[in-house]
Amino acid sequence: MHVHTSEFDPHSKDPITKAPLDPHLKALENEAIYIFREVAAEFEKPVMLYSIGKDSSVLLHLARKAFFPGRVPFPLLHIDTGWKFPEMIAFRDATAEKFDLDLIVHTNPRGKEEGIGPFTHGSAYHTDVMKTEALRQALDAGKYDAAFGGARRDEEASRAKERIYSFRTPDHKWDPRNQRPELWNIYNGMIRRGESVRAFPLSNWTEVDIWRYIQAENIELPPLYYAKRQKYVERDGMLMWAEDPRFEPLPGEVIQEGMLRFRTLGCWPLTGGIRSNATTLDEVIAELEIATVSERQGRAIDRDQAGSMEKKKREGYF
Amino acid sequence: MTAVANTALATEAPHTEAAPVTRDSRPLRLITCGSVDDGKSTLIGRLLWDTKAVKEDQAAALNRDSGSQNDLGLPDFALLLDGLQAEREQGITIDVAYRYFSTDRRSFIVADTPGHEQYTRNMATGASNADLAVLLVDARAGLLEQTRRHATIASLMGIKQFVLAVNKIDLTGYDRAGFEKISHDFRELALTLGVRQVTAIPMSALKGENVVYSGAAVMPWYDGPTLVETLELATLRSGQSTGFRLPVQRVSRPGESFRGYQGTVAGGAVKPGDSVAILPSGQVANVKQIVTFDLVRNAAVAGDAITLVLDRQVDVARGDMIVSLEAQPQTGLAFDAQLVALQPDGIVPGKRYWLKAGSRRQRVQVEPVQQLELKSGKWLSAESLPMNGIGKVHLAFDETAIFDPYEQNRGTGSFILIDPDTNNTVAGGMITAKRTEFGGLNAHEGRVILSLPTDLAEQLLATELLSARRDEVESRRVTTSAARKLLDDLEG
Repeated sequence: MHVHTSEFDPHSKDPITKAPLDPHLKALENEAIYIFREVAAEFEKPVMLYSIGKDSSVLLHLARKAFFPGRVPFPLLHIDTGWKFPEMIAFRDATAEKFDLDLIVHTNPRGKEEGIGPFTHGSAYHTDVMKTEALRQALDAGKYDAAFGGARRDEEASRAKERIYSFRTPDHKWDPRNQRPELWNIYNGMIRRGESVRAFPLSNWTEVDIWRYIQAENIELPPLYYAKRQKYVERDGMLMWAEDPRFEPLPGEVIQEGMLRFRTLGCWPLTGGIRSNATTLDEVIAELEIATVSERQGRAIDRDQAGSMEKKKREGYF
Repeated sequence: MTAVANTALATEAPHTEAAPVTRDSRPLRLITCGSVDDGKSTLIGRLLWDTKAVKEDQAAALNRDSGSQNDLGLPDFALLLDGLQAEREQGITIDVAYRYFSTDRRSFIVADTPGHEQYTRNMATGASNADLAVLLVDARAGLLEQTRRHATIASLMGIKQFVLAVNKIDLTGYDRAGFEKISHDFRELALTLGVRQVTAIPMSALKGENVVYSGAAVMPWYDGPTLVETLELATLRSGQSTGFRLPVQRVSRPGESFRGYQGTVAGGAVKPGDSVAILPSGQVANVKQIVTFDLVRNAAVAGDAITLVLDRQVDVARGDMIVSLEAQPQTGLAFDAQLVALQPDGIVPGKRYWLKAGSRRQRVQVEPVQQLELKSGKWLSAESLPMNGIGKVHLAFDETAIFDPYEQNRGTGSFILIDPDTNNTVAGGMITAKRTEFGGLNAHEGRVILSLPTDLAEQLLATELLSARRDEVESRRVTTSAARKLLDDLEG
């Protein structure tokens, strides 16, 4: 554990030059901070799921705001499948260092031993073992009674039904038909031992809100969100990153090189890139505003079967 | 937006006021409600579709999943909403779903709430945060009991703006008289609920007439706004008209020299130098600083998440409320409230529940007094409250509770009840008034109001005679000059 020594001194701050947030983003920010504080106050052992992407980056920024001038009063948990982009891992470690965070990294030891991966075992089984099972292991090991996640309701149809406090049974199950009513901003955090709550401070944010907030607050992101020259192949309509030594082209596949960036970050074999020349935040946002496909379009796991996300969530996936 | 407020004529044209000049960039929150199969999911699907909120890959999936749903060659818009497997299997909406869309003028959060009576709790969930309610009625069926239930719950929750969406008008051959009859019936119901702002719109959600695009081609007799035009002009409800309120969520002590109280301002405004009281203890202090991540601020208003630093050591804990000295909330051991019962067991008289309001959680005993009969709109006496029942209740606390009337402040006037046996949320409630401990007297007759300078009021309440009855005394602490003026007025 770190010991926080710095003392808050309001007079040491630079003069204010930052433009105020527009009321829409301000309202979203206020709501998220309220949720963070409520969970931190009501639960014994909260943890924050940190997946290194843009939503996680916003979530972390809001957590730092919520508890300022204190430090973030709970650890961050990263479920490392072993198939993340190396740039993500570097960014994760640098961020933890920079903001004085307690970072826990967990990889499913069984999956690691059995060499489970998306190419050998398929995306669904890989996700099941290396993400869902790994998450359950880590949450059980830490005896966490609340876990923050960066999920947004606009992402996917079953997400749209999530409460801000999403109740989970001791075996991490979500029952969408039996959720607690959630009125006003009064959240019910009463649980029995073993049960837990997933808390979603970004529930009401949309993808555009996330990007506008990143811009307004100058939040640093992993460089993969910006276009640069990379090697890739086209596979099943997805632009697959081909820079990792574990990548093997299928017969007939041509490794191309070109300007590529990512709209969402995950395991590189499951997260398609997009052709783009957007190398700055402004350019990324300009590109997003005219995008005609949703951000999850590049996600292999959503398309495995109808109701795929709901099924995974019922089993404990975030 | 008050053009239709003063008259309740059945056939008056909906208002067409010019748009306000300044645009509020905060999203408008709305709910859609109504009975099963009135087409709520189809309506929202249509809203998303016509405002271009559906991306190409989602549209492709929709077309794939729809099959041949209708003879118009359109996809089944409801599938955009009913994302759960059970919903798709049964063709109904089970749980409230939140959707986001925007036009050039405004962004919207819509809560699509289920029509089935068994899921009324999810409708109440959506209504608690909404600025406006869109009530769907099937043009062929007219108002149903479920329409009345939803309108009643929405108005209880403080929604003042209603849109009556008379849907499936295409199936009545665009019958004007039928539309006007339903509008008339609904305006009468709305008046009994105290809701005076109603815009009635004939529409076909399936065909997209009067939703985003005008239906003038098929309904030349209707010259009012479309649904989206109405939503763009609607106002956000403020929900609070009280003095400063800060329910304390947590105490921040990062180091020895800093002690701040963290929470979100639930009413009024505050600035450094203001005198505040800490409830329920009644201690008094001044605000030294308002701290946020970005800056030390000169002021904070309702909605702001802040950290408050006071000028002296006082005992403050989570669940306390920091309030303006001049305009304090009510404190006491007994309150009256209205409730919506949300779970199968209903509300059991005499049972001790957990009550959570703001950041304060305490034990409470609930005595149902009356229940609303939806058919007649009458309050009938009741000893318990069944699931989905709307009732008036008495709340009895073990230790001091702190509230404002819900009408004055949604944030400090609302609460939930939690069953200690199941930990489930069993009711949502709204404070109507403080109760005195004198039986038979109403809330105002039993209390003593003191208007005195702060130090004098404190002295007086500290006396042995009054300290025990502190709850019955509402002290309006004023400055000496204000007190003198008050006395002068009385004498004059």
